[in-house]
Amino acid sequence: MAEPPHDRTTQRPDRSPTARLEMTGINVAFGGVTALDDVSLLVEPGQVHGLIGPNGAGKTTMFNVACGLVRPTSGRIVWRGDELRRLRPAQLSKLGIARTLQGVGLFPGMTVLENVMVGAHRHAKAGFFSALFAIPTADKDEERLRRRALDALAELEATEYAGRYPGSLPYPVQKRVALARALVADPELLLLDEPASGLSEDEMHELGELIRTVSSRMSVLLVEHHMDLVMRVCDRITVLDSGRLIAVGTPEEIRADPVVTEAYLGDDVDVDADAAQLASGTEGAHRG
Amino acid sequence: MSDLQTPAGAPGAASDDAPSTATAAANASSAGAGGRSFLPKSTLLRHLLVLALCAVLAVLLLEGTERSTNDQISRIAFYAIAAGGLTLLTGLNGQISLGHGALMAVGAYTTALMLDVDGDPLPLAVIFLVAVAVTAVVGAIVGVAAARLHGPYLAGATLALAVGVPGLTLYFSDTLGGEQGINVRAPRAPDWFVEGIEALSGERGQGTKWLAYIAVACLLISYFLLANLMRSRIGRTWRAVRDQEVAAELAGISLGSWRVLAFVVSAAAAGLAGGVLAIVVRLTAPGSFLPVLSLSLLTAIVIGGLGSLFGALLGSVLLVLLPEWARDFGLEVLDMESAQASQAAFVIYGLLLVATMLFAPAGLVGTVRLALLRRRAARAMSRAGGG
Repeated sequence: MAEPPHDRTTQRPDRSPTARLEMTGINVAFGGVTALDDVSLLVEPGQVHGLIGPNGAGKTTMFNVACGLVRPTSGRIVWRGDELRRLRPAQLSKLGIARTLQGVGLFPGMTVLENVMVGAHRHAKAGFFSALFAIPTADKDEERLRRRALDALAELEATEYAGRYPGSLPYPVQKRVALARALVADPELLLLDEPASGLSEDEMHELGELIRTVSSRMSVLLVEHHMDLVMRVCDRITVLDSGRLIAVGTPEEIRADPVVTEAYLGDDVDVDADAAQLASGTEGAHRG
Repeated sequence: MSDLQTPAGAPGAASDDAPSTATAAANASSAGAGGRSFLPKSTLLRHLLVLALCAVLAVLLLEGTERSTNDQISRIAFYAIAAGGLTLLTGLNGQISLGHGALMAVGAYTTALMLDVDGDPLPLAVIFLVAVAVTAVVGAIVGVAAARLHGPYLAGATLALAVGVPGLTLYFSDTLGGEQGINVRAPRAPDWFVEGIEALSGERGQGTKWLAYIAVACLLISYFLLANLMRSRIGRTWRAVRDQEVAAELAGISLGSWRVLAFVVSAAAAGLAGGVLAIVVRLTAPGSFLPVLSLSLLTAIVIGGLGSLFGALLGSVLLVLLPEWARDFGLEVLDMESAQASQAAFVIYGLLLVATMLFAPAGLVGTVRLALLRRRAARAMSRAGGG
């Protein structure tokens, strides 16, 4: 993964990211329970933005709002200067936003290569009738998508698995394939939902480098439990607690912020502490 | 987190997952599966080559068998056309339909009505195209409703179609002929065909033989088109919708419209199948389109292997031939009365279905493909482990 990105000059112009995501005053209530209370989030172009908080803080809900899976009761989402109203997940890809799922969410009945090719859906040109009559342009289009998908797999060092089915692959490899499927769409904003879960230290380190690499061509919004990864790769961090925004800042500022420390960074945070905190209910959050 | 992580290349997590997750998938083989270097790279050329080969085989088969077998082949053909469309819908797109018999009825009645005119009817190809178009429109309407339904609800809704449509023919009995149905004037064989067959095998190429050729030609053309779709991006997108809705949506796929598209294509195939049925059976009556027809089609694609055209064809062959074999077996070996033997055919059919579900849940084609997949996975594992 440390390799430089492949030569893609034929496929995309070497651009620097220009699009910014602004979410302001987002409120979400499930039934009577407030999941998000007036939360705002700003992802600048080319930024790696971390979204953190203890379990149940509303990170994933915020994420789901950003991609149309959850509709906020109020609030504005502005992307590239346009307000997104009634956002639906299927529109995301056209808007240049890609997202990975917390699980891996691969298509079990398709090979790794096909999985990634589906990710390139928005770049497909050949339509129904050229496919129906197998007109050569459809073949050419397929070849283009295949090349694109192989490039994405190569960037994630997963080329050797192209012909395998996801179910037969180890979990970390599946995660890499899922990431390739998001990257192949060539998005301007990449939403990563707990990309490091289930990865070893080494793999997490590689993931961090990869995120830094791709941030040269897209913005990244990251929900993650692993503090070391978040602190290492993020330019800016937003901290949620119990559905409210409690801090925004650089990793250094967040690390030094007493409010955050109290809410979240109690001890030396790791997943075990998180799990213990979850098990012992809310008191755990104030333990430190 | 340590219990979650599996080092890349370690054999642990990867052994048996592939078969369990790939049951439906195994049938819809992937384009990039490899090992086809002896065939042309272009999809069109490859499929045309297979088409030509199948056409030659079909001619040999039709000329090498007698009249009654020709008739059986015609019946296999229209079942197979409908089953091919259904396997695309159910196997590739994951939507179940218990109403394809009704869609066949739409195609059959359209064909029958267009042939039942004073003077010369339109060319058969045009009539079939109209039948396909009409059925596709009906399929689109059903598909829009179906796209919002899942599993048992979808099965129920489409079953209602299968139950309702035959009743419709009774309601409009003036135009649709009621219980007796419409006698279909089978088209006559053109002179070039009669002469050609006479030159080829010395037989008279009329009646049953002409119809068998039409049926097989329709089968080959429809399978050619369906195979094109399945191997293309369209097929891949359908499979994505089937496998993981959220991930598919995030890739920019609008679930609803792709589901409707699958329904339309599938209905079009059913419409053509109905048209062929009308001329082969020479009668279009509600009795031919009872819900059991829809169930038979579903049985055929499950036994053959969901998502595979070859499986659909195989299932249709069994659908037509098995009852007859079973009857002969009952008559001759078990010395049954003919009525008993006909009943025994159902029993044997049912037993076969149960046995398939127990021992080869992926169907005939799927089981073979799964075995190949498993071997490939095992080889890959041993390579990873050993090297």
